[in-house]
Amino acid sequence: MITFADQLLVLVLLINFISLGTSRLMFSIRAVAAQGVILGVLPGLIHPFSWHLVGITAGIIAIKGLIIPLLLNRAVRSAEIKREVEPYLGYVPTLLLGALFTALSFGFASKLPLLAEHQNYMFVPASIATLMAGFLILTTRRKAISQVIGYLVLENGIFIFGLLLADAMPLMVEAGALLDLLVGTFVMGIVINHISREFSSLDTSRLTSLKEE
Amino acid sequence: MFAALILLPLAGAIVTWLIPYDRLRPKVLSLFALGHLGIVIHVLTFTPPESPGGWFHLDALGKIVLLSTSLLFLFCAVYSIGYLFYRRERSNRVLCIGLLICLAAASLVTITHHLGLMWVALETTTISMAPLIYFNRNARSIEATWKYLLICSVGVALALIGLYFLAYATIVAKVEPSLLLDDLMRDAGQLSSGWVHAAFVFLLVGFGSKMGLAPLHTWKPDAYGEAPGLVGAMLAGGLVNLAFLALLRVYQLCLATKEIAFFQNALVVMGLISMLFAAIFMARQADFKRMLAYSSVEHVGIMAVALGIGGKAIFGALFHILANGLTKGVLFLSSGNIHRSYNSKSTVQVRGALRRLPWSGGLFLAGFIAITGSPPFAPFISEFTIVSSAFMQGRMLVGALFLLSLAIIFIGMALTVLPMVMGDVPEDSEKTSYRDSLLTVGPPLVLLLMVFLLGVWIPQPLMDLLREGAALLEVPQ
Repeated sequence: MITFADQLLVLVLLINFISLGTSRLMFSIRAVAAQGVILGVLPGLIHPFSWHLVGITAGIIAIKGLIIPLLLNRAVRSAEIKREVEPYLGYVPTLLLGALFTALSFGFASKLPLLAEHQNYMFVPASIATLMAGFLILTTRRKAISQVIGYLVLENGIFIFGLLLADAMPLMVEAGALLDLLVGTFVMGIVINHISREFSSLDTSRLTSLKEE
Repeated sequence: MFAALILLPLAGAIVTWLIPYDRLRPKVLSLFALGHLGIVIHVLTFTPPESPGGWFHLDALGKIVLLSTSLLFLFCAVYSIGYLFYRRERSNRVLCIGLLICLAAASLVTITHHLGLMWVALETTTISMAPLIYFNRNARSIEATWKYLLICSVGVALALIGLYFLAYATIVAKVEPSLLLDDLMRDAGQLSSGWVHAAFVFLLVGFGSKMGLAPLHTWKPDAYGEAPGLVGAMLAGGLVNLAFLALLRVYQLCLATKEIAFFQNALVVMGLISMLFAAIFMARQADFKRMLAYSSVEHVGIMAVALGIGGKAIFGALFHILANGLTKGVLFLSSGNIHRSYNSKSTVQVRGALRRLPWSGGLFLAGFIAITGSPPFAPFISEFTIVSSAFMQGRMLVGALFLLSLAIIFIGMALTVLPMVMGDVPEDSEKTSYRDSLLTVGPPLVLLLMVFLLGVWIPQPLMDLLREGAALLEVPQ
């Protein structure tokens, strides 16, 4: 089962690159939704069956794979924008940086004092690489929606690491973290709506009235 | 009793949600705030036993933060009755609900010893405050809300990966995997130091950005500047302390793992950078609410430095939780009044506040004197304890930089505050319907009296509480 989990993690990494390389927001949202669904399947592959696991799997797929993408889709539609335009850093440089970070995270993870049974699997490097990809999207894009996508990718990266610790994380805490993510995205969606109404664009680089002279 | 601390504000949130009248809601808010403070005083005097499993445990550190948050919340709630009367143009439903949810989550942060649950509650406080910063519904406030939401959410997410690293350290060490503070401290000696080290870095960055330590403070001036005065008071006097409590928990762990020197140095450096940053940006600030935000950056810096120095300064840091929280209440609430009266936050237009609003202007002036660490107010005691502890431990450079920043900040803040309150009201100043009244002046006035009283006399139970808290954070020799 573990090798299958590894293959899924490769898919997660590929999705990072899709989000890094595309300018189409709808496509990007769908990619992140797919990533969410994969993350929902993963715990079932590496942990023995329990009801706790079923709850978590259902929760993740529902929230990360369904509800959050729907919220974002609605925000995109009501703001009537389709593409990220003129990111602070072009798509090719971000993709190259993403590749560099992915390579570095594999190098870094091999140096970490991991448990013997986690040594040969990709959870830790995939987690760090996804985290970095999220950061890249967050910092290089102008549109508010892209920034939320970046935040979600970053969260997914953290989540992959969390997969290694199912025993230490009680259900209540995991559920709480998921719920916070959901409400947070919901509030961000509302704010995005207001940004587009107020500035008639979703360009966060227009948010510059609050600056120190 | 633990459940009541959380359920009462949640019940309040539901009740305020159901109430259809804008006039009634702040009154109900105050009632629930009063009830919450009542429960807080009860659990402070008769500490409930640790819950089975150790998830809920109210120790001295939690008590200090819980007390200061609940006190400040009550005054903000009473103030809101008078303040929201002047903001009848928009519904205050979201404001009241958000404040109460935030209070519930804040109580949870203070009573839990489970770091994962504490994280969830802390993130809840962040989200529940976001709609409140957006209360004014204009372009500037939406920009502030966006920055606040994004930076704090990402920051707190980084803290989560720090927690994951800690949990992984327990798995690597083959001890019982757990995120309970007491379990972690018990097993601290066996944890793998690489993971623990990495965890501390992420936790410091994560909670530091929520607390607004420089250079992670960029959201702060915007959020504090655009939020209504009473929301600013809760952010600067309440939420900051919750993030500080999270850092105190990390500090306790560091003590147990003997990695404390590294964490202390990082705290001192970040604290001093915060103070210097504040000193630079405080001078010639054209917006008095943004000036208060930089004052908040300064004071989280002071607390971080105190924690980093250790020894007697810890007592100062714990006392500063209360002193800074209450004084920030005075400043933000009175600045809210001045803002209402002049309909402007610009220090060019706001002049002669003492003449136009003798009470609010006077309170703002007194708040400035208190927050800059002048005797006989409470912040003087904490800051003096911290500085003298720095010199006594031979940390000359730290002490000198600390004093230098305090001096620059005093001058910079005086240059902004004094012209605001002194002199004549400009001829072309906008006339508004705002007049000082008991409900808008009373709460900051009582807060100021408390800041004054704490400056001249610390009651014995509070003294014991502070000592007990400081004992938890003592570096073993």
